[in-house]
Amino acid sequence: MALQLEDVAVRFGGVQAVDGVTVSIAPGEFVGLIGPNGAGKTTLIGIVAGAIKPDRGRVMLAGTDVTRNSTAARVRKGLALTHQMVRPFREMTVLDNVVLAAGYRRTSNPLRAALHVGRRHEIERAADILVRVGLFGSEGKLAGSLPLGQMKRLEVARALAVDPQIILFDEPLAGLNQTEAATQVETIIAVHAQGITVVLVEHNLEEVMRSCRRLIVLNDGRVIGDGAPQVVIADPAVREAYVGSGTDAHASH
Amino acid sequence: MSAYEISLMSVIGLNVILAVSLNMISGFCGQISLGHGAFYGAGAYAAALTMIASSSVPLALLCAATVAALLGIVVGFASLRVRSDFLAVTTIGVSFLFTGFVRKQAWLGGEMGISNVPGSGLGAVGNMVMILLFAGLTIALSLYVGGSWMGFAFRAVGQDEDAAATLGINAGAFKLAAFGIGTALAGLAGGLYAFFTQFVTADTFDFILSVMLMAMVVIGGIGSTAGVVVAAVGLTLLPEAIRFVNDYRLLVFGGLLVLFIRLAPGGLAGVTRRLTVRATKS
Repeated sequence: MALQLEDVAVRFGGVQAVDGVTVSIAPGEFVGLIGPNGAGKTTLIGIVAGAIKPDRGRVMLAGTDVTRNSTAARVRKGLALTHQMVRPFREMTVLDNVVLAAGYRRTSNPLRAALHVGRRHEIERAADILVRVGLFGSEGKLAGSLPLGQMKRLEVARALAVDPQIILFDEPLAGLNQTEAATQVETIIAVHAQGITVVLVEHNLEEVMRSCRRLIVLNDGRVIGDGAPQVVIADPAVREAYVGSGTDAHASH
Repeated sequence: MSAYEISLMSVIGLNVILAVSLNMISGFCGQISLGHGAFYGAGAYAAALTMIASSSVPLALLCAATVAALLGIVVGFASLRVRSDFLAVTTIGVSFLFTGFVRKQAWLGGEMGISNVPGSGLGAVGNMVMILLFAGLTIALSLYVGGSWMGFAFRAVGQDEDAAATLGINAGAFKLAAFGIGTALAGLAGGLYAFFTQFVTADTFDFILSVMLMAMVVIGGIGSTAGVVVAAVGLTLLPEAIRFVNDYRLLVFGGLLVLFIRLAPGGLAGVTRRLTVRATKS
């Protein structure tokens, strides 16, 4: 699914968090979105997800303007996202978390939801997805009792269950150890291999460089680099903004 | 059956409808409402006026449920803007607004209320059976909703509505549905109350009633239909069985509420679940 942002901007008080971002992502791409802290990555993801309304500009999903659509409406159009801070339904089991996502057609409106009781098909799908993300055996556990690494996998499982055509991963590796991060990246690569467009917002540059085919760099709410990862990361402007402080620190020693 | 027993059974039936319907809003969907008494009252007044105008029992009950549901959906819109504590405070406001408004309306009988509401023609026993029948239907509806995808989505919205949105669930629509269904049932209870007493006055539907209903939901176990039914029956019978409780009703209910929130936040349903798990393990 194609995602286009046209001159998107939003200001919070005196801070211009996103400042005229125009980006076009084609169906099937694997895009990394990086930038230093405060660059506007999470705000931009919020705008794409529908959690933040932009002051100007348009968000297009598969050629349709969804700028005024709610998050739920965007999800039903094929968008899925995983949260930076995990947000499982803690008092539901792991399986129920994914079953609920898999039943997104049943819960599209209250009347339809009231008229349906059976869950067999959704349970089968959810169990299948849990195997794919490596949560087999944890179905009956309360989601709130899982360690962080497994909660992150549950986020991915829920995102997969809504039959997405594009998934926004908001820092899916944050807080994970090296082994967990590597497994999570393999899962994301496998998701992309199914033909799902992937946008990965991540601080872990090594994993981003390893997995993404295209890199977009944000700084001060603007796009300052966009292209093949090796080319973009070598751009002096990107190095200055993103790794510049580290390089300077190195130089000064 | 004595007149006292018939009256007691009728009150139990009404309290079950009210507590179970409040549980749909606050237990299933997580929208704390402390104004449920207002919807009960709106239903009672609507039924009383309809009976005076038409003497049709089905029409009076239909009007009672419809008027309360419309009012409930209007209040439900507040839940789209304000959350948790702020919603609770807003619904307290609705409760006071309702009694304050009704007391000043001459067409609603003002302070004196509406007396001589035409009876249902079923007699005291017939009324009791009708109330218990609707209480049974309310329990059945609650169990059905709880097991349906609607109940599933309600639970998600109640726990984290932003996370629910990322699963394609329109949280606003489900919150309005919860308010609509819950308040329609409260209105229905109001209509049944109007037949039961044939007298409707604002004092019956005050804030204290709303708090008592919330106490039934919390003590029963927020979200558990069975627990809430047990609590509604138990807390209706308790003041009748123990004289002391009747004299200090608010004190006892308030104390129980504090004790349950502090020691057993899952209510009777939570305690039963814990004991069952412990018994199974041993």
